[in-house]
Amino acid sequence: MIADAFLQALALVSSFDPAVMSIVWLSLKVSGAAALIGALIALPLAAWVVQTRSLLREPMIVLLNASLGLPPVIVGLVVYLLLSRTGPMGALGWLFTPAGMIFAQVILVTPIIAALARQVLEDAQQEYQDLFASLALSRWQSLQTLLFETRFSLLVLLLAGFGRAIAEVGAVMMVGGNIAGHTRVMTTAIALETSKGELALALALGLILIFIVLVINIAAHYARQVLRRRYA
Amino acid sequence: MRSTAPVQNNSALVELVRVRYRVGDTEILRGVSLQINPGERVALLGANGAGKTTLLRLINGLISSNEGTLASPPVALQAMLFQKPPLLRRNVLDNVAFALKSRGMAETEAEQLSMQTLSRCGLTGLSQRYARALSGGEQQKLALARAWVTRPTLLLADEATASLAPAAVHEVERLMLDMCEQGSTLIFATHNRGQAKRLATRIVFMSAGRVIEDRTADDFFANPASQEAIDYINVERV
Repeated sequence: MIADAFLQALALVSSFDPAVMSIVWLSLKVSGAAALIGALIALPLAAWVVQTRSLLREPMIVLLNASLGLPPVIVGLVVYLLLSRTGPMGALGWLFTPAGMIFAQVILVTPIIAALARQVLEDAQQEYQDLFASLALSRWQSLQTLLFETRFSLLVLLLAGFGRAIAEVGAVMMVGGNIAGHTRVMTTAIALETSKGELALALALGLILIFIVLVINIAAHYARQVLRRRYA
Repeated sequence: MRSTAPVQNNSALVELVRVRYRVGDTEILRGVSLQINPGERVALLGANGAGKTTLLRLINGLISSNEGTLASPPVALQAMLFQKPPLLRRNVLDNVAFALKSRGMAETEAEQLSMQTLSRCGLTGLSQRYARALSGGEQQKLALARAWVTRPTLLLADEATASLAPAAVHEVERLMLDMCEQGSTLIFATHNRGQAKRLATRIVFMSAGRVIEDRTADDFFANPASQEAIDYINVERV
């Protein structure tokens, strides 16, 4: 039975089955958008934490680090409540839409990128602070330079954020509703198809998901190696 | 403190009056008073922990004193060389041009001036190489080029040649002297007695956060007055 399911899964993948591909495409769009938006929020946030002398700095660092362990189902529940018809953001009509799923994933991905980016930027700041001070750079110039100098490490973080988003199931299930052809992504489809006993489709999507996650990790690994060799 | 040679006047480039600097309960500088005039080449000598680096960092504005007054040129007119030059993850040309672009100079002009300075430092052929792939000596020459391109009034160097091979040391020293001939005043911390003799017109000898001797280089090495200086010179000789 498992062997049959596996062979059918391979057939689905190799034939670029339209149903499978539409799920994969939606997953890539939702998680890609979440990682990009998350990075747009996380990088300025991390940069602010690194540069600020505000009293909020330490609480923000603790908050960011604590957010790394944010359970996706709790995020799903909170976003569900926010987006539900009677919730404070109900008027947006995002519940059970890809926009709502992106919103939930942004909440999950932003702290990861921000916490790791803070560390990267802080290390670079340590390295360059005397240079920046002796060149009389403004805080804004220092920040721009820090972001530029760490651009490759930050790109790797973006990939990590994307990896986290695309592998996530709890929040997108609750907020998206797993509606076929509308909000069904790879992880939610795998959960559903497995519960229905449709192992071929679940396995096909599982293979693609593993492939994507592997490609991302391999890309991040080699990008880091190449850049270390080039810039070390 | 024995102070014989340095000319003291009202047009001092750097002036410290009873400057104190503390970290917690530890006093790093204990009431340092010093005047440095334009065109001088001043070596800060002294054992580890004497306060040489702290003094340079204070002058450069990297830290602030707890007590006393300090007058020095604006940071934009200063340049500082560190023992391990902090180089950007860019090529050699971009590292030099960065100092000018950060002051608002147009890219083409900044690159043109940077190439001229790299040529003076003998780094033209390396302009497209990644800065961090250079040897230690080349990296320090690059840091010097980045300093030079801004035409600083005051060049500060904190043991800038400490980790370099002798040939590289002499090259960097030659460039520092060239910079001084172009009008920069030099204050440098070193443990290298030969370097102090070759570069300095004046020696400020420090011990435990105080200036113990402040004299011309020839005078200092010929007739050290304090026991601390005699001990220091003898240890260095060993």
